[in-house]
Parts: sequence; structure tokens; C-alpha cells
Amino acid sequence: MAKRIDVADLNVYYGKFRAVEGVTFSVEPRTITAFIGPSGCGKSTVLRSLNRMHEVLPGARTEGKVAIDGEDIYGPGVDPVNVRRTIGMVFQKPNPFPTMSIYDNVVAGLKLRGRMKRSGLDEVVEKSLRGANLWEEVKDRLDRPGSGLSGGQQQRLCIARAIAVEPQVLLMDEPCSALDPISTLAIEDLMQELKERYTIVIVTHNMQQAARVSDRTGFFNIAGTGQPGKLIEMDDTTKMFSTPTEKATEDYITGRFG
Amino acid sequence: MATDTQSPTGHPDSDLRLSGQRLPRWAVPATAAGSVVLTLAVFALTPLQGRADFLVAVGIVFLLGQTAASFLVEGRRHAVDRLATNVVYTCFVLAIIPLVAVIVTVLVHGLKVVNLTFLTHSQRNIGPTDTGGGVYHAIIGTLEIAFVTSLISIPIAVLVAVYLVEYGGRGLLARLVTFFVDVMTGIPSIVAGLFIYVVWILTLGFQRSGFPACLALAILMIPVVVRSTEEMLKLVPNELRESSLALGVPKWRTILRVVIPTALPGIITGIMLGVARVAGETAPLLLLTGYTQSINFNLFSGPMAALPTLIFDQAGRPSQSAVDRAWGAALVLIVIVMLLNLVARVIARLTRVR
Repeated sequence: MAKRIDVADLNVYYGKFRAVEGVTFSVEPRTITAFIGPSGCGKSTVLRSLNRMHEVLPGARTEGKVAIDGEDIYGPGVDPVNVRRTIGMVFQKPNPFPTMSIYDNVVAGLKLRGRMKRSGLDEVVEKSLRGANLWEEVKDRLDRPGSGLSGGQQQRLCIARAIAVEPQVLLMDEPCSALDPISTLAIEDLMQELKERYTIVIVTHNMQQAARVSDRTGFFNIAGTGQPGKLIEMDDTTKMFSTPTEKATEDYITGRFG
Repeated sequence: MATDTQSPTGHPDSDLRLSGQRLPRWAVPATAAGSVVLTLAVFALTPLQGRADFLVAVGIVFLLGQTAASFLVEGRRHAVDRLATNVVYTCFVLAIIPLVAVIVTVLVHGLKVVNLTFLTHSQRNIGPTDTGGGVYHAIIGTLEIAFVTSLISIPIAVLVAVYLVEYGGRGLLARLVTFFVDVMTGIPSIVAGLFIYVVWILTLGFQRSGFPACLALAILMIPVVVRSTEEMLKLVPNELRESSLALGVPKWRTILRVVIPTALPGIITGIMLGVARVAGETAPLLLLTGYTQSINFNLFSGPMAALPTLIFDQAGRPSQSAVDRAWGAALVLIVIVMLLNLVARVIARLTRVR
């Protein structure tokens, strides 16, 4: 089910401003890849262009090729809605839909697409909540509002919501930055479990998290304000954090800047 | 004394102490009492008369006296502070007076007349100087017209607001629509009525009835609801839209099932406010609906009574019973509008996001 991602010469624009320049990398199926780098260097922008969320902003566009299992998602005739059904996303701030119960939140992706009968939904809810490691905690209050949970639980609810639609790839934009260390640990453990079924790409500000969790790491950097961000180096995590090739990478990892 | 006296070095602040003198707590009531006494004395001795003049004089004396006492004891800053506070309170009282006066007058005059008969009978067969009868026909008219007006206005207004917030952005069409909505908020009700009169009655040739009034009132209601719905939609955080889009939900479904339900309490409040506004508009009704003393349930044929037009009809008559009826109708109208507001608050609370 999990797919590989191949990005070739991706350039991302906000209107006329080129935010990201010439990014090329590949992600193997069933691995976790982390994007690290200082603020404003384009990590989230690149992540969002992997599932065509970037173009939701007015005036935003991309150039270049992003292929999922060989198929270019920016190709002619490709429907962004279908792309987003294949590539799920979890955002930094947990945001369950406030007018819906926990149950409705999990199946929101399915219900709002109009598919599936009532009976199938119960199974999906249990499977997704178990997958997100939240089932035991909420199985008795599935019809309570999603906003009544703690921050970590809400984020796991958003993960359950994202995996309920069975995407091939899961993108996570700083999923733990709004959470306490215990919840962060729970989500990092979850990522290791999810890795067996999905390809995961995460953006993180926390280098130690990238070192803990990912198989490969990509370091993004920006030459100066107003300059486009670039992918400086991407390699196996153990190599990136011990003997990186580029000097900029080493400087960032050892904390000389960032 | 005041804390801003000059010290020997000439610098006003080098003498700054942390604590200053304050007026004692009994100072305010004492000043008030003193103002009353002083004004009474002045009124007794001079040709000044009248209750209103007395109150104004007391107010002015109090303001001056309080400020002077504060200046002498507490210093300039506190004196200005007290003066500003008193002026604000005074303005508040002045603003409340007309509102309270209207409500009290309507209650006093209207309660005399309102009873069960009044609410359940029409004016049929009641002569110009007879007592009796009621406003049932007008209540029906107002409620029906308000209902159909809402039916026309709400879908149009909500969809326009959705377009402006979700799709329009900064495009030319969005800016034009916003401009015209702003213009429409200022249209006088008689102009809206006149427009529909020309179209419906003169051009299309229909007779007067309740329906064209609904059209004119819709012109007045739509901009109000557009504005408030727009504000409520803008308050929905963008992350919610993004979460839904990221699940692969198409945009229109996101708006329908995520954005609008989240904004719903505010939208309902805005709608109720719009209805409350048009429920009392008289000019379009006079032009387009006419008036009748009998009950007419049919919005599409024949003149209909409504509370504003009944008030207009009765208040102008020379007999006291007619004027009393007008007051009764005014009370009923105010109560209906208040009930609508209450319903809006209750619905908003029930549908509120927890």
C-alpha cells in the first residue's frame, strides 16, 4: 500500500516570490523521512506541495515534478482532490472539527466523500483509533465532541482521521511541536508502528526528534532573507548526524546556527 | 496638597512621592447632596423653574464641584480622571433615557389594551370610533411577511457571503459585490418599496398584496445578513478548512459540512437581527400591501394587515380607542421583536461549539 515519492527539480512560488528552488529527492516506501532546517527555509512549503495543499493559498504555484509511484501529481488532468485522498496530512496544531463528535471526526474523510454505509463505519472507526493508539482511551465516549480531549489525544485523533481514509503516504508538519513530552513520545512510538504500513514524511524543528524517529533526513537551508530555500543534503539519518557531507549541515546539526 | 507642586530645584517630578492624597469615600455622595442643596437654594432665589432644568443644574453643579474638590485634594491627574468618568456616566444616562422612555410609554399605554381578545380578533366590522376588535389580522400579516421575507433573503444572503469569503478573495467581482452590499445597507425603506412598486405593480401589473412587500423587505434584509454572515465565516480558523481539504474533501463540501456548521450560531444571530430589523418597516408595506381590517391569510392576493401599517392606520384617527389600539399594537410588535432576539440567543447558545 505505501508508495515511493520521487521529487525532481521542485520550485515553489508564492506569487512572484520563489520560496523553494530546485529540490530533488526520493523517499522509499515504508520509511520515515524527516525534513530539518532553520525557520523559514521552506520545509513546510515543500511538504505541502507533496499533497497539493500549497496551491490552496491564493497566488501559490509550483513547478517541477512530484511522482507518487511514478505518477506525476502535477500532471495535466490530475485532480488535486484525488491526490489529497492518497496523501494524507497532519498539521502542527491539533484541530478536530469542533462541531463533530470523536466518531464523526474519525470518519469525516469518508463521510464527507459520501461513501460507505453506516455499518462499515464502526469498523473503520475502531481500526483507525487503534492505529492511532487512541481506542482504549476514547472507546466509551465516541459521541462526545472531539474538542474535549487533551492536546496529545486531539493530535492522535487527527492522525486517526488522516489514516481512516487509508492514504498511501502520511505527511506530518511538526506534529509534536504543540505537545508535551509525554504526548510527543506517544506520537513518536506511533510513527514507528505506522511506518509498517505507510510512507511517512515529517517536518520537525526538533533535531533530536529527527534523529530518534527517521530513517533518512533532509536538511534544508536558506542563503538569506528573500532568497529561496534549498535542499542542501539528504542522507541516512545516522550518517547525517555523525558525518554529514556538507559543512552547512554540520554547522546546523552541531548548533552553530539555527 | 497637590502632588505636582514645584520643588525648590524647579523640576516637577523630583518631588514625586509614591502616595498622594485621595478624596474620602463619602466625598462623592456628599458632593451630590451638596449640589442638590445648592441648586435648590439657587432655584428658590432666582426665577429658574422646572424639573428638567433642576436636574440639569444639579448635574452641572455636581460635575463642577466634584472636579474642583478632586483638583484641590488629589491633584490634576485624578481630577481629570474623575471628570472624564462622570462625563461618561452622564452620556450613558442621556443615551438610555430615550430608550427607557419609549419602553415605559409603550408598556403603560399598551398594557391597558392588550388582552386575549385583542390578540385573537381582527378589526372587521369595527367602526372608526368603536372600541373592541384586535390585532390578530396584523399579527398574522407580520409573521407571514417576515417568514416569506426570510425564506427569500436567507439563501441569497448566505450564498453571497460564502462566495465573498471562500471564493471571491480580491477579485473584481468580489469587490463589486462588497461595494453594492454596502450601498444596499443604506437604502431607505421607501426607496426599496418604490422600486418594487414600479416593477411589480406598475410594470408587471399585479395588484397590491403581501408578497411584493416581502420582496422589498428582502432588499433591506439581504445586506444585513450578508455582512454578519461574512464576519462569522471569516472567524472560522483556516486550519479547519485546511484539515478538511487535506482529507481529500472537495471545497464545496468543506464549506457546507465544516465551515458553515462551525459558524452557524453567529449566522443565526445575524439572521434574527435582520428579521428584527425588517419586521417593523412601514413604508414598503404602505406602498405595496395596503391595509385591511379583515384577516387575510393569502400572501398573494388582496391587501394584508401588518402591525406597522395597523399602527399607522389607527394612530392617525381622532378617537381615543383607535390610539389605544395603536399603542397595543406597538407593544405587540416590540414584544415580537424581543422574542425573536431571545430565540436567536437561545439557538446560538444551543448550537455553540463547546
